[in-house]
Amino acid sequence: MPIRGLKLFKIRGGVHPNANKDATHDKPITDLPIPELLRIPLLQHIGSPAEPVVKRGEHVLKGQLLARPQGVISAPVHAPTSGRIISIGKFQAPHPSGLPVMTITLKSDGKDEWVDSDAVTDPFDMEPAEIAEKVSDAGIVGMGGATFPSAVKLGLGNRYQLEKLIINGAECEPYLTCDDRLMQESADEIIDGIRIMIHTLGVKEAIIAIEKNKPGAINAISVAAADYPEIKVIGVPVQYPMGSEKHLTQTLTGKETPARALTADLGIVVHNVATAYAIHQALRQSKPLLSRIVTVTGGAISKPGNFRALIGTPVSHFIEHCGGLTEEPAKLLLGGPMMGQPLPSTKAPIIKGSGGILALTEKELRLKNPSPCIRCASCVNVCPCGLLPLEMASHARAGDLEGAADFGLMDCISCGSCSYVCPSHIPLVQYFNYAKGALTEKQRAQHKQEEIKRLIAARAERMEKQKQAKREAMARRKAEMAEKKKQQSEASA
Amino acid sequence: MKSINPVGGPFTHDRVSVGKTMSLVMLALLPATFFGFYLYGWPAIFLFSVTVLAALLAEAGSLYIAGKPVRPFLLDGSAILTGWLLAMTLPPWAPWWIGVVGAFLAIIVGKHVFGGIGQNLFNPAMVARVALLISFPLEMTLWISPQPLMATGSPGFFESLLITFSNSFHIDSVSSASVLSHIKTELSRDIPLEQTLDSTYGLIPSVLGITAGSMGETSSIFILAGGLFLLMKRIISWHIPFSMIMTIAVISTLFNWYDPSRYAGASIHLFSGASMLGAFFIATDLVTSPVTRLGQIIFGIGCGLLVYTIRTWAAYPEGMGFAVLLMNAVTPLIDHYIRPRIYGRDGKGKPVQYPENIGAEK
Ligand code: SF4
Ligand code: SF4
Repeated sequence: MPIRGLKLFKIRGGVHPNANKDATHDKPITDLPIPELLRIPLLQHIGSPAEPVVKRGEHVLKGQLLARPQGVISAPVHAPTSGRIISIGKFQAPHPSGLPVMTITLKSDGKDEWVDSDAVTDPFDMEPAEIAEKVSDAGIVGMGGATFPSAVKLGLGNRYQLEKLIINGAECEPYLTCDDRLMQESADEIIDGIRIMIHTLGVKEAIIAIEKNKPGAINAISVAAADYPEIKVIGVPVQYPMGSEKHLTQTLTGKETPARALTADLGIVVHNVATAYAIHQALRQSKPLLSRIVTVTGGAISKPGNFRALIGTPVSHFIEHCGGLTEEPAKLLLGGPMMGQPLPSTKAPIIKGSGGILALTEKELRLKNPSPCIRCASCVNVCPCGLLPLEMASHARAGDLEGAADFGLMDCISCGSCSYVCPSHIPLVQYFNYAKGALTEKQRAQHKQEEIKRLIAARAERMEKQKQAKREAMARRKAEMAEKKKQQSEASA
Repeated sequence: MKSINPVGGPFTHDRVSVGKTMSLVMLALLPATFFGFYLYGWPAIFLFSVTVLAALLAEAGSLYIAGKPVRPFLLDGSAILTGWLLAMTLPPWAPWWIGVVGAFLAIIVGKHVFGGIGQNLFNPAMVARVALLISFPLEMTLWISPQPLMATGSPGFFESLLITFSNSFHIDSVSSASVLSHIKTELSRDIPLEQTLDSTYGLIPSVLGITAGSMGETSSIFILAGGLFLLMKRIISWHIPFSMIMTIAVISTLFNWYDPSRYAGASIHLFSGASMLGAFFIATDLVTSPVTRLGQIIFGIGCGLLVYTIRTWAAYPEGMGFAVLLMNAVTPLIDHYIRPRIYGRDGKGKPVQYPENIGAEK
């Protein structure tokens, strides 16, 4: 049910980059043909990588488990189509670290043959824990780019008193229209997914938040939600980073998520629209997460569009399908221009969290050589987290990590608003990412050192105890011997 | 710092640059500058040109000596702007060397000694202005009544060359006191303020700027227009100008109400001297003012209080330069203590807590 009168709250700062969505916002989703080779990284989510359960040379069917989760925060990976595993090894994958990750390479047999799937039960007859397990088994992760395993979030009801589910349809990243299209074309499925989530979490209501620049999506979702009074639809202001989970929550409730905590502390869980769609598919059709919608656009793409593509499809396959490149792109990205990752090569595959492939031209990047900070305070004014980016950057640059942390480095969400407005074109976020990594590393090292110290101390203690025991044993034996001697001498006497 | 191919995002950028920021400030200064040219004629134009050229020269030289790339920094417009602002605060018929010495002081001592753009603690133009005032009090307080360009009786082109570039011309004949210094002298002669003002002061000419004063300071209305333009373009925010102007207005009104024969009212303080230029163009200098909004308000109030205090009780009738420099010195302190509240944390940096028991862990 669409709502008007719901009070919206302002969030601090933010920017209004050019939306650049015109090239694709009216392009319906089409199926991308199955590529010959698929590369499926085993780490497509936050947490530990999945562990392969197939061997090289094995033939697999579509939907078959390729790798199972390891640990609590992890997600399984399935075969996007049928074919043969031709290798399991490290590959340059789209991952923030830029380091190679374990990847399964699958050669499609062209048959796209499904594995036998489980029988479908009505999710509303299922226990929440069962549903969460199905979601976990389907390998669903946050599809908005955060890629946090969804089942973990669905299980939060066990630990927190939850009130509300917020569905994130803001899509505040420029260029991307994949969520917009999905909402317009699959509104009923999304609403069904949301109802399943409401049931699983045990919350009273769900609010779907969509940025006001997507009237088509607001309309379609409102129509689909009309019969369900517990589901509300609301248009939120067009402002980057509206799609940040914590900021969207603040817009809708006026409450800030406490630092270092989860929105669940406010009784709220946030899921992306595409995640709702994936949950619908997993529960109603017993289909694991095998594909996603990807917007392919940017000044260097001949024919931009929206595609439903298998996870693991190489970027080059998309580009070919879009009529190739009009010029050599200055930057190739996976995701949006604000928070997306640069791609090492067009061989890299798309993963579960990839909403877009962007081939940007020099003109779109608006690159300039960085110059010294003029303390213009633009970055301070736009930071949605109330930080002092200029101070954080200058400390990080000087190698003073603690100083940067003191200014709130670990509260930074890397949204890029500060870099976006900096007239001196200082790569602020780059400094922050570097400093965050270094700081985490340092803390880990420190932790390790303490651990080693503890181990050494424990060992020393153990040794000491052993020695003590030896000494005691020796003393005892001596005493015994003496006793014996005494007895002998007494006896001989 | 040199990489033009960033590995981290974002991969798009707002259409901004240091050069653009500086150009917009200059654009905002244009109306007041042209009006100053018109009002004080050719000598003003000459002095302005000499000052700006000297600033560029000093910048190029400093960059060269520091081993920094000359072209990009010279083209960012910051040196021109410094020279420009300095020229605006000079007596329009001051000799050429005042402009040159001032520009060198501003760029070399005010800026490059600190490490160049963005590193300076003090507003370079004000460093120069105050240093000049202390070193050359005579030349720096020789005001003239308006001699509009092309008007009869105004000096022509060649005569003006003599005014600016040689000492042979005696401008005493056309000299006149600025409103603020006039008030000060008359008060020291125990002439009540009302009487002084009756004979000399008119609000309208003062707002328009048709009075004796610095080259670009007098026309409150044109400066205000430029200032509003900068606000609109979001180059500056309202916090410093507003708090500063309000402070001057409130405090001068209070004292004026207490004793009108000794203390000038708000309109005189706001529309005379460097009040408007100071509030919109000098105190708001990005590099030397605080970066947080609350910090900027404190800064503005401090500037306002100091301007009033210096004008009223110190030996100088005009206090803007001193006031801004003093507050510049406090800026690092303000920035150290005043920080924005971080999302999800309270003012002390602790995670926020909600009284109601929502979402509490079971
Ligand atoms: S936006 Fe850039 S130039 Fe301005 S204060 Fe921040 S870091 Fe410095
Ligand atoms: S990247 Fe970090 S510091 Fe920059 S605006 Fe976003 S939250 Fe603030």
